[in-house]
Amino acid sequence: MDRTPVIVGTGLSDYPKAPHLDGVQHHVQAFQRALADCGIDKAEIDGYVSAGGGGIMVDDAVTMAEYLRIDHRYVDGTMTGGSSFEFHVQHLAAAIREGLCDVALITYGSDQLSRMGRRLGTGGFQRPGSRVAGPIQYEAAYGNSLVGAYAMHAARHSHEYGTTPEQLAEIAVGVRDYAMLNTHAIYRDPITVDDVVNSRMIADPLHKLDCCAITDGGGAVIMTTADRAKDLRQPPVYVLGAAGGETHWNVSQSPDFTSCAGATAGPAAFGRAGLGPDDVDMLMFYDSFTITCLILLESIGFVGKGEGGPFVAEGNLKRGGKWPLNTDGGGLSSNHPGMRGIFLLIEAARQLRGQAGEAQVPDCQVALCAGSGGWLSCIGVAILGAEHP
Amino acid sequence: MGEVVTPDGEWQRPLPATDEVNAAYWSAAAEGRLLIQECAECGQRQFYPRALCTHCGGEPRWLECTGRGTVHTFTVVRQMGMRPFRDDLPYVVAMVELEEGPMMMGNVTGCDPDSVRIGLPVEAYFVRAAEDVGVPMWRPAA
Repeated sequence: MDRTPVIVGTGLSDYPKAPHLDGVQHHVQAFQRALADCGIDKAEIDGYVSAGGGGIMVDDAVTMAEYLRIDHRYVDGTMTGGSSFEFHVQHLAAAIREGLCDVALITYGSDQLSRMGRRLGTGGFQRPGSRVAGPIQYEAAYGNSLVGAYAMHAARHSHEYGTTPEQLAEIAVGVRDYAMLNTHAIYRDPITVDDVVNSRMIADPLHKLDCCAITDGGGAVIMTTADRAKDLRQPPVYVLGAAGGETHWNVSQSPDFTSCAGATAGPAAFGRAGLGPDDVDMLMFYDSFTITCLILLESIGFVGKGEGGPFVAEGNLKRGGKWPLNTDGGGLSSNHPGMRGIFLLIEAARQLRGQAGEAQVPDCQVALCAGSGGWLSCIGVAILGAEHP
Repeated sequence: MGEVVTPDGEWQRPLPATDEVNAAYWSAAAEGRLLIQECAECGQRQFYPRALCTHCGGEPRWLECTGRGTVHTFTVVRQMGMRPFRDDLPYVVAMVELEEGPMMMGNVTGCDPDSVRIGLPVEAYFVRAAEDVGVPMWRPAA
C-alpha cells in the first residue's frame, strides 16, 4: 500500500466578484468543482479541514463538516491566517501517511469584497471606544493598518539592505504580467515600475500597487494516497515536503522586521523533500504585499539575505525567469479574498499537471508554495511535485 | 517620570481591557512611568507584560524604564478608514527600541511625519486615556 500523500482534486469558486454567493457557498461551490475534478465519491471523504476565518459567517471546521456532512475520522481547524492551508497540507500529509484518514478535504470561502468592501487593508482593527483584550491591546491605540504592518517590514529591509521601491515594484509588475493571462483576474491591464511607484502611498513605503486586491473567492483541495489516486481523473500531485513555523503573531512582537519563519520552515520542507532551491521550477508565494514575496524569497533561501532586491530587478521571478512567481496573477492582481493560501496549492497543482495553458511553466516538475499568515507571522511551506518521490 | 497629558475631550481610541497581569503597566503609564518586565531568574527583559518569562518560564517582575528609545522601523499611515484615526492622517506608527532592550509599538508625534527616520532618538510621554490607563506615546528626544 503506497500511502504517499497526493493532491488529486482542486476547485475554485467564482471570483473575483461573486455577489450571488455568500462565504459558505464559496466553500460549497469550490468543493463541488474539486469533486468533479477528480471524480472521487463524496462518501469516501473521511478527513476534513477548514481554517474558518470567513468574517461574519460561521465556517469553522466542525460547523462546515456538519454543513457539508463530512463524516470525518480526522478533523483539523488550524488557523494561522493566510498560510493556514500550507499548514493543513503538512498536517494532512502526516495524517494520510499514518492512516488517520484516506481521503481528506480542505475548503475555504470568503465573500469579503461583496459583503465588506475593501476595509481589510486600511479599515483598522478595533472599534473606537471599545475595550481591547489580549496582546493587540498594546497596538490598538496607535491606529496601525494591515498595510502599515507590512510597511514596517519594508522600511527596515530597505534601511538594512538598500532595497528600493523600484525593486519591490518589479514583483508587482511580474505578477500582473501573469494576471493578463487569467481571464478571471481582477486586474488585467499591464503596469510598469513607474506605475507602481507613482501610485498612491498607502503606508510608507508601500504604494497602492504594492498591495494585494480585495476579492471574493473560495477554494477546495482533495488529498489522498498515491494508491487511491491511480484510477482518478487527474494526475496526482505529490506532497514532497511541508513544514511550518511561527515567530510571532501580533506584528509588534516580530523579532526581526527583515525576515520571517520561512528561515526555519523553508529548510525543513526542503530537507523533507530531499531537494534544494535549484530543484524548484516555479514559486507560489503569498503576495499580500510586494515585500512579503521578497522576505519569503530570502528567508526560505532562494537568495541570500539582502540580495532579494537586485535579484528581482533582474527579472528572475518574471515569466521566463529563473523562478516564475504566481502564475495565476497572485493576490496582487488576480484574487485575494482574505486568506489566499489555498490558491497557492491550486495553482501549483495546475502547473504540475501541465494544465496552465498560456501561463504554463515549461517542464514544471517541482513547485514551492509559501504562505504567510498574520503579519509575516506564521509561515507554511509546501513543496509539491509532478513525479512520485 | 515622563510627562502626562490629558487628551482634548474624551479619549476616542480603543482602551485596553486590563487584567491582573497588566493592570500595573497601564496604571503606571497613567502616572508617567513606563514599565517592562525582567525575569527574576534568568534576567530576560520583555514587553508586553505576561505571567511568565518567555525565555525560561520563570517569574517576571516589573522594571521601570527611562522612557528613552530609538525608532527601529516605522511607517507613515496615509490611508485609514476608521475614526478617530482617519481624522489624524497622516501619522507615524513606529516600533520603538527601548534603551532597556525590548521593542514596543507607538506613535511618534510632535514632528513632521516625513522627518521621521530609522534610528531617530525618541522619548516617551503619556496620554491619560482613563483614570487607570495611560497610553505611552513618543516624540523626538529633546
